[in-house]
Amino acid sequence: MIEFRGVTKRFPDGTVAVDALDLAVEDGKITVFVGPSGCGKTTSLRMINRMVELTGGTILIDGSDIMAGDAAQLRRGIGYVIQQSGLFPHRSILDNVATVPLLLGWGKRKARERATELMELVGLSPEMAQRYPAQLSGGQQQRVGVARALAADPPILLMDEPFSAVDPVVRENLQDELLRLQSELGKTIVFVTHDIDEAVKLGDKVAVFRTGGLLAQYDEPGHLLARPADDFVDGFVGRDRGYRGLGFLSANGLPVGELSTVGSGATGDQVREAARDGWTLVVSDAGHPLGWVQVGQALSGPVDTDALIAGGSLYDTEADSLRGALDAALSSPSGLGVAVDASGAVVGSVRAADVLAALATARRDEAAA
Amino acid sequence: MIDWSWFPTNAERLVPALGAHLLLALLPVVIGLIVAIPLGWVANRSRPARAVLVPVAGLLYTIPSLVLFILLPGILGTQILDPVNVVVALSVYTVALLVRSVADALAAVPGMVVAAATAMGYRPARRFAQVELPLSLPVLIAGLRVATVTNISLVSVGALIGIGGLGYFITDGFGRGNTTSIFAGVILIVVLALVFDALLVLIGRLVTPWVGVGRKAR
Repeated sequence: MIEFRGVTKRFPDGTVAVDALDLAVEDGKITVFVGPSGCGKTTSLRMINRMVELTGGTILIDGSDIMAGDAAQLRRGIGYVIQQSGLFPHRSILDNVATVPLLLGWGKRKARERATELMELVGLSPEMAQRYPAQLSGGQQQRVGVARALAADPPILLMDEPFSAVDPVVRENLQDELLRLQSELGKTIVFVTHDIDEAVKLGDKVAVFRTGGLLAQYDEPGHLLARPADDFVDGFVGRDRGYRGLGFLSANGLPVGELSTVGSGATGDQVREAARDGWTLVVSDAGHPLGWVQVGQALSGPVDTDALIAGGSLYDTEADSLRGALDAALSSPSGLGVAVDASGAVVGSVRAADVLAALATARRDEAAA
Repeated sequence: MIDWSWFPTNAERLVPALGAHLLLALLPVVIGLIVAIPLGWVANRSRPARAVLVPVAGLLYTIPSLVLFILLPGILGTQILDPVNVVVALSVYTVALLVRSVADALAAVPGMVVAAATAMGYRPARRFAQVELPLSLPVLIAGLRVATVTNISLVSVGALIGIGGLGYFITDGFGRGNTTSIFAGVILIVVLALVFDALLVLIGRLVTPWVGVGRKAR
């Protein structure tokens, strides 16, 4: 556990970056520090490995004061992923990853073996081992940065806006990848970002900082969206928080209704027969949704799979939250969300009204608890 | 007119002079570099140190070489004809040139990379040797090229006090009115300078293989 006890950072010019911060980072969880620029989130992170020296209070890691030992020794035991990767441009990818093992005196061969494993773990192909960082894309460089931070298997990983410099699609991939890695590794991760969506997506707990280095709220992301502590957090969490909050509510118990479907070879008559409220869903032989047909469409002869009306998002009954269910309903042209099982086969339909009813139930249960 | 037969008959004198010229020019580059690295490091670390070191280095560089050749025996207690005078004088010029180069070269190392190295657990000395120094090589080698070429040309001034490697053929040629001797001295000095400049470019490429690699992969 990483504990901040009354931690203050006052710079020589008198500015207070972090003001009497009390906070406990839980083991094996992702804790996100988020806030506007100048809120002290990055300073707070960098005090953990003494890249910034604190001027008041104490930080304890598993009960021992970080100031007690040698700074370099402390840092070798804490993985660090920096903005824009901060890779060593003069070293091959493999040697970049092997950095900390070499510093720990593992010997070249063992360090490189370990680095090869790590490259595989973060999804980098072995042929990249001998390339230089400049030969990689931004997303690949970030993966190398993560691999380098994990190389000596440190229990703690500090991530300082690691994905801020890559484009949104790559960023989302990297976030998913981080969650996958974390489910395997269970590290204690402290992650800094200015992006509240990233914070809510990645964090088991989110600490919202306000300007002047004060902690505004420290909570689970679902609670942050549902019950912001004050106007500042409310404003920072931003628009659509009600909708995004649905992402933290389980869709267990949401009724899945019937859905009329036809096979891809169906005739016009079969479509008219099957349709409910003028719509029917065309499915493949494996039961996967292909698209919608509306009865008004000219239907002479069998269904033309190229002329189908594209469906909306799919609601995975086994994995999705209420947000996934509501989005499926709202994005479907027929107003009926398509519910699928883990294999992607259609199991029924979901209605927006049912999602809202489930939300009301969840709120009642929570109020009662 | 150039008398080509002069070359074979004087080869016995030319070859040792060439060797002496190189030694007098390159030994100061090595000495100067060794002295300039710590000074440049200090100049890069501290603003006040830079405010003193860089102008002083510039000032040293403006002292005419002949003056330095003549003054040094008085300062060092050496004989006027001692080659050490030339080596020391050229070392001073090299330091004067390279202090600034080293400081600039270190300043060109991306701060993010140095911060990452610190955060990985590098201590300052190892970080300097393994991260900052290698990354400063491209700028540093540019400075070394200037120093090397300058020294190869400056050695010839030593001929005026009797120790000048190939410069001897120039002064001697003037004395005797021997155009071929002057020509030989000048051409060999220019060729030496070009060869060592090219050699440094080549060495620079070999020791900085990461420079100029573009993005070939996605």
